Amino acid sequence: MSDTLSKIEKRTAYILLLPAVILVFSIILFPIFANVWISFKEVGLKDIRIPEPRAKKIVKSIKDSSDEIKIIYKLRNSSLILDIRDVKFQDKTPKNVEPLNLDERCQFKSNIINCNFGNWKAKYKENFQIILKNKKGEKINKKEIKSIKPKLSGKSDNILLNTNFTLKNFKKVFFQNEFFDLLMTTFYYTFFGTIGSIVFGILAAQLVNQKFFGRTFMRSILLFPYVGPVVALAYTWELLLDPYSGTLNNLLLNFQVIQEPLNLLGQKYLTINFFGFDLKLRLALTTVIIFEIWRYFPLAFLFILARLQAVPKELYEAADVDGAGPLQKFISITLPQITAVISILFMIRFIWNFNKFEDIFLLTGGASGTRTLPINVYEQGFTISDIGMGSAVSIVIVLLLLIFMFIYFRLLGRRADEN
Amino acid sequence: MKIKSLILYCLISSIFLFSLISIWKVLSTLQGIELKNFNFAIILTLGIAISLINLIIGDKFHKAIKSIIFAILFTFVDGYLVQLMPIWYNIGIFGILIFYSFKIDKYNRKNLDLDHSSQTVLFEFLTLFGIVLFSFVILFPFYMMIVTSFKTQAALLINPLDFGINFAQDIKELFKSYFVIFDTYKFGRYILISTFVSVGTVIVTLIFAIPAAYAVARLNFFGKNFLSTSILIIYMFPAIVLVIPLYTVFSQLGLRNNVGGLLIVYTATTLPVAIYMLQGYFKSIPKELEEAAIMDKLNWFGIIIKIILPLSIPAISSVALYVFMIAWNEFLFSLMFLDNPNSFTLSRAIQYLSGDAETPRQYLMAGSVVVTIPVLFIFVYFEKYLVSGLTAGSVKG
Repeated sequence: MSDTLSKIEKRTAYILLLPAVILVFSIILFPIFANVWISFKEVGLKDIRIPEPRAKKIVKSIKDSSDEIKIIYKLRNSSLILDIRDVKFQDKTPKNVEPLNLDERCQFKSNIINCNFGNWKAKYKENFQIILKNKKGEKINKKEIKSIKPKLSGKSDNILLNTNFTLKNFKKVFFQNEFFDLLMTTFYYTFFGTIGSIVFGILAAQLVNQKFFGRTFMRSILLFPYVGPVVALAYTWELLLDPYSGTLNNLLLNFQVIQEPLNLLGQKYLTINFFGFDLKLRLALTTVIIFEIWRYFPLAFLFILARLQAVPKELYEAADVDGAGPLQKFISITLPQITAVISILFMIRFIWNFNKFEDIFLLTGGASGTRTLPINVYEQGFTISDIGMGSAVSIVIVLLLLIFMFIYFRLLGRRADEN
Repeated sequence: MKIKSLILYCLISSIFLFSLISIWKVLSTLQGIELKNFNFAIILTLGIAISLINLIIGDKFHKAIKSIIFAILFTFVDGYLVQLMPIWYNIGIFGILIFYSFKIDKYNRKNLDLDHSSQTVLFEFLTLFGIVLFSFVILFPFYMMIVTSFKTQAALLINPLDFGINFAQDIKELFKSYFVIFDTYKFGRYILISTFVSVGTVIVTLIFAIPAAYAVARLNFFGKNFLSTSILIIYMFPAIVLVIPLYTVFSQLGLRNNVGGLLIVYTATTLPVAIYMLQGYFKSIPKELEEAAIMDKLNWFGIIIKIILPLSIPAISSVALYVFMIAWNEFLFSLMFLDNPNSFTLSRAIQYLSGDAETPRQYLMAGSVVVTIPVLFIFVYFEKYLVSGLTAGSVKG
C-alpha cells in the first residue's frame, strides 16, 4: 500500500517538475553544451543562416495570343557558401490550363507542376520558364496566376551539424588574443569591484544600523543604483563623465581641481607623479570599477545590514560595561559577526562580477583597456563575426567559473559543518 | 580635557562643515551661479573657530540662540567672500550652519574628557559625513538624469553646468524631450512591449515555478538533493555564456526579433531563482494542512490551488516583483535578439537611440527617466516584499 503511495508521489513530483526542467534544460544547459560543440568549429556569423532555395515568379502575357501566358521563375540559392541538394519545386496552375513544351525535369499532373531540380551549388542562379496555354482558348487570368506562390524545398548541410572539427579557435584564444592581458583585466575588474562594493557595503550598513532621522528613507535610497535599469544608469554616468560637456569635468575645471579635462572613460592610462615616481593608473578601467562599486555595493549593504540587525544587543551592552570604545566594539563584536556573510558575499560577487557584461559594454564598449572576457565573447562573436571564437571564449569562462564554484561550495560546505 | 580629543573634535567637525558647504556650493553652481573657489582654508578656520567658541561658551546660552549667532556670523563672512549671491544661496548656508551648530552643541569640556571621547567624536562625525556623502553620490546621477531631460540642446551647450529648469516656459516646451521620444521614437510602443514581456515573464515563470517548487519542497523522489543543488549551480551561470548558442539556434528557428522568444529566455533564466525562493517558503507551511486535504481526497492540483497558493501570497508577490524587475531591466538578450525597431524593449530602444551620435542627450535622458521611473516606483511602493526577494535571490545580478 505504502509502496504504491510512494510511487504515486514520485510520479506526481516528476510531472510537476517536468515543464520547468525541460525549459531550463533547453535554454540554459543545452546552450552551455552547445558552446563546446561550436567552439571546435570554424563558424562565422553569416554561416548560421540556413541556405534556402528561392524562386521569384514573374508573369508576362504573350503578344497576339491571349490564351497563352509566360511565367518566368528566377531561381536561386540564397546561400553564397553552401550547396542545396535535392531541390523540389511545386506550383499550382488555374483549371483548364496546360503547359507547353514542359522542361524535362518537370511533370504536370492535375493542375500541379512538379519539378526536380537536383543539386544547386552555392550562388546558383537560373531563369526557369514555363508557357501556359488555356485548353479552351479562353483568356488566362494573370492576377490569379500571380497570386499563387511556388513552394520549394531542399536539403542542405547545416554547418553547425557536420562533423568537421578544429582546434583553431582555442589556439587563437590562448596564443593570439592577448589572452593574458584579457585575463588580468578581468581579474582586476572583478577583484577590486568586489572588494570595493563590500567595503562600501559595510560602511553603509554600519551607518543605517544607527538611529537617525530618515533612516528608512536612507535605506531605500541606498538601493536605488541596484534596482535601476543598467541602460539608464550607464548612459547617465557616460554623460556625467564626458570630457567636454560632462558635469564632473566641468565642475572640477570650474573649481580648479584639474587644469585639463579628463577623459575618464576613453583614456587607457593616467600618469600620476607621486613623490617623483611616475605611476601609471588604468584610468578607464578604474572608472568602470567605480561604476561597478556604485551599482553593486547596495547588495552587500543589504546582506550585511540584515546580519547586523540580528546581532544581539546584549553583546554591545556588555562591551559598554567593560568600557570598550566604538572602534573596539566594531573590531571585536561587529566584524566577527559579519565575517561569514562577507565571505559568502565575496564569493558570490566575485563570480558575478567575473561575468559582468552590460556595465562595461554600455560604458566603454570594451575600449581603452576595459576589455574583459565577457566583452570578448561579444566582440569575437558579433563584432568580428566569428561565432566559433566567441564560443571558445565562453568555454574558458565556464571552466574558470566551475573552478570558482567548486571553491565556493567547498567553503559553504565547511561552514555548514562548523555550525 | 584631553588635547587629543580637542584637536580631533575641532578638525573633524570643521572638515564636516567644509564638506557640507562644498556640496551646497556644487549644487548652487549647477543652478548657474558662478562660484570658482571652495575657500578651503578660510572655511576650515571658521569651522575650527566656531567649534572652539562652542566649547568656551558651553551652556551659558540656550542652544538656539547660540546657533543663530553662529549662523548669522558665518553667513556674513561667507557672503563677503563670494559676493553678490542670490538670497537663496545665503539662506542655504544659514540653514547648514544652524544644523551644524545643533550637531556640535552636545560636545562640551566634560564629555571630551571621557574615555574614548576621541573615538566617539570620530564615529559620530563619520556617520554624519557618511549619510551626507552616500546620499549625494547616489542621488546625484538620478538628479542629473531628470534635470537633463528638461533642458534644451542649446542651453546645455552654452553652460553645461547650468541645471536650472525654467518653469516659466510653456509646458509643451518644458516636456519637449518627452513629446519627441513618444512621437518620433515610438516610446509608447516600447513601453507596451516591455510591459508585455515583463508581465508575461512573471506569469509564465510562476506557472512553471510553483508546481516545481512544491515538488521540491514536499514530495520525495529520486534525485531530489541533486536537483536542489543544481538549481543553485544553474543559477550561477551567466547570460553571456548562453548568448552565442541561443543566438544561432534562435536565428535558425526564426525566433529572433520575436518578443515570444525573448519571453522564453527570460522565463528560463529566472526560473531557478523563483523555484529556489518559493520552495524555501513552501517548506515553512505546516504539513498538517495538506494532510487534512489529502484526507478530503484533494489531488496535488487542488492542494496547490486551495492550500499552498492562498498561504504563500507574500512569497509569491516578492518572487513576482523580483522577476518583473529582472525582466524589465534586462539588456543583454534584448540586444542580441532584437534588431527590428518594431519589436524593441525599452532598454534596447535607449541603446539604439544612443547608437546614433546625433541624438541629443536630453532625449536619451528622457528615455532613461521613462525606463527608470516604473522600477523605482515599484521598488519604493513594494519595498517590504522586494527587499526580502532581493536578499533571498540576489545571488545574481
